[in-house]
Amino acid sequence: MNKKRNSLLTIASIVALFLFLWYASAHFNKYSIRILNDIAIFMMLAVSYNLINGVTGQFSLEPNGFTAIGAYVSSLLTLTAAQKHAMFIIVPMIHPLDTLHLPFLAALIVGGLVTALVGFILAFPVFRVRGDYLAIVTLGFGLVIRVFSNNAISVTNGPLGLKGIGAYTNLWWSWGWAVFSLIVIMRLVNSGYGRAMKAIRDDEDAAIAMGINSFKIKMIAFVTSAFFEGVAGGLLAHLITTISPTLFTFFLTFNLLIIIVVGGLGSMTGTVIATVMVVWGSELLRVVDQPMHLFSFTIPGVPGMRMILFSVLLIVIMLFAREGIMGQKEFSWNGFLNFLRHRKQK
Amino acid sequence: MLKVSNLNVYYGVIHALKGISFNVPEGKIITLIGSNGAGKSSTLKAIAGLVNTKGSIKFLGGEIAGSKAHLVSKKGIAKVPEGRKVFANLTVLENLRMGGFNRDRNTLEKGYNEVFNIFPVLKERAKQLAGTLSGGEQQMLALGRAMMSEPALLMLDEPSLGLAPKIVSEVFDIIKELNRKGMTILLVEQNAAQALKISDYGYVLENGKITLEDKASNLIVNEQVRKSYLGEM
Repeated sequence: MNKKRNSLLTIASIVALFLFLWYASAHFNKYSIRILNDIAIFMMLAVSYNLINGVTGQFSLEPNGFTAIGAYVSSLLTLTAAQKHAMFIIVPMIHPLDTLHLPFLAALIVGGLVTALVGFILAFPVFRVRGDYLAIVTLGFGLVIRVFSNNAISVTNGPLGLKGIGAYTNLWWSWGWAVFSLIVIMRLVNSGYGRAMKAIRDDEDAAIAMGINSFKIKMIAFVTSAFFEGVAGGLLAHLITTISPTLFTFFLTFNLLIIIVVGGLGSMTGTVIATVMVVWGSELLRVVDQPMHLFSFTIPGVPGMRMILFSVLLIVIMLFAREGIMGQKEFSWNGFLNFLRHRKQK
Repeated sequence: MLKVSNLNVYYGVIHALKGISFNVPEGKIITLIGSNGAGKSSTLKAIAGLVNTKGSIKFLGGEIAGSKAHLVSKKGIAKVPEGRKVFANLTVLENLRMGGFNRDRNTLEKGYNEVFNIFPVLKERAKQLAGTLSGGEQQMLALGRAMMSEPALLMLDEPSLGLAPKIVSEVFDIIKELNRKGMTILLVEQNAAQALKISDYGYVLENGKITLEDKASNLIVNEQVRKSYLGEM
């Protein structure tokens, strides 16, 4: 009974979300739509990052590398042969990549699959180490990808980057994928595999002693994250239409780390809330960069002021909600309805 | 049931276990006693496949030395780790579920009931996060979790660690009770007096070597053991 009601409520809220997006795509200005797209893509990145970092407890710093792979692969596939021919001015592109052309959806999926394959191969050396060492190895991987994209000019066009990528990403694509990845990852977390992931996070040796193949479980988490991060990279590339190696620095990973820590390591719904807060919030704070009139004072506009305010807000959150907004808990309809009932009774 | 011969464990240049051999016959409680750093936990880790070893470990006739740790568990050896190591952010029931990770789904319910029969307190707390249990309850959960895999051999690493004296004797009573029901137990303890009282046979480990072995009832009156491990002058 409750289960059925809860899934109906979930479906209803997804429908409501898409009705809102339908309204937004017709009535919102370009700037707002761009923010909505950003929220969806970052949500997808953060949720998949949280799977490996929060749920499985493996402190990995891989997202910028994986996003770059997904972005490059899918963009190279949607660009037409003529475009590629015109763009690769230093060194012509290697065959057969220069003539390969796929529709958007296929390109995204191939981008995700290539990233997942890289994740699969990377997992063998990466999961030989734990804790801080894991962070260092994956951080190094991000740098390798950046050096590769700068220097493998016949594949990536080097520091010139790729231009004129079709602006295919709209609200439907980004939110469709964001909702899809959220559903897949939450189902995974609530399955037997998800329990095993949490067991590994709490105590890896004990989990192995229970008969859990920890390498396999970590691999499932890592490859799933890689796939969705690759797809999100593809969506990002087709949103901003120009990509270059400088786009995928450690700063991207760092932003995602902020989001999952603010939302609560291991909490997917917390991540969703935190993404909206961080992505939208940092845009809202642009107001403070402009000159302001407070009472009779005039504050001159200081560029970068919002970053200072943003940091202060993050510190406040960490002081008062040390485990993040949601901790390790998830939003549940039961809890939400109980909360509403209690408020009515008061 | 378990026959360990000439087992060696190295941690880098440190030679932690220097060729120890011992037997665990079916249906018995065997104890390894020894001071800190004698190699007790290393022995259990070696059997569980958590560290690299040299030597032979025969379990139910098959060689398990060098097997992957998660496969050792499938063969019927369960380990209750030192310091309990329950999954703090999972509920009690989920912890038990993890214990029965490789168990047939249809018999899980039966397993829960068996565990709840021995540890009624776990039933009361089934929905609670394991991290919120008291030390004694966590030790019971760790025992129950290990039993969920229906092991042939149960290895206990310092089950008395960090527990109040009253709880310690409760835990030892439960171990004895499990053994009476037919469970073979390999026990590692610093609390030598309690451990020897419930055991059939004992080995004394010193600096990675077995220096003494005898029936537990003989060890308990052995002068050397009394001086070194039972705190008598």
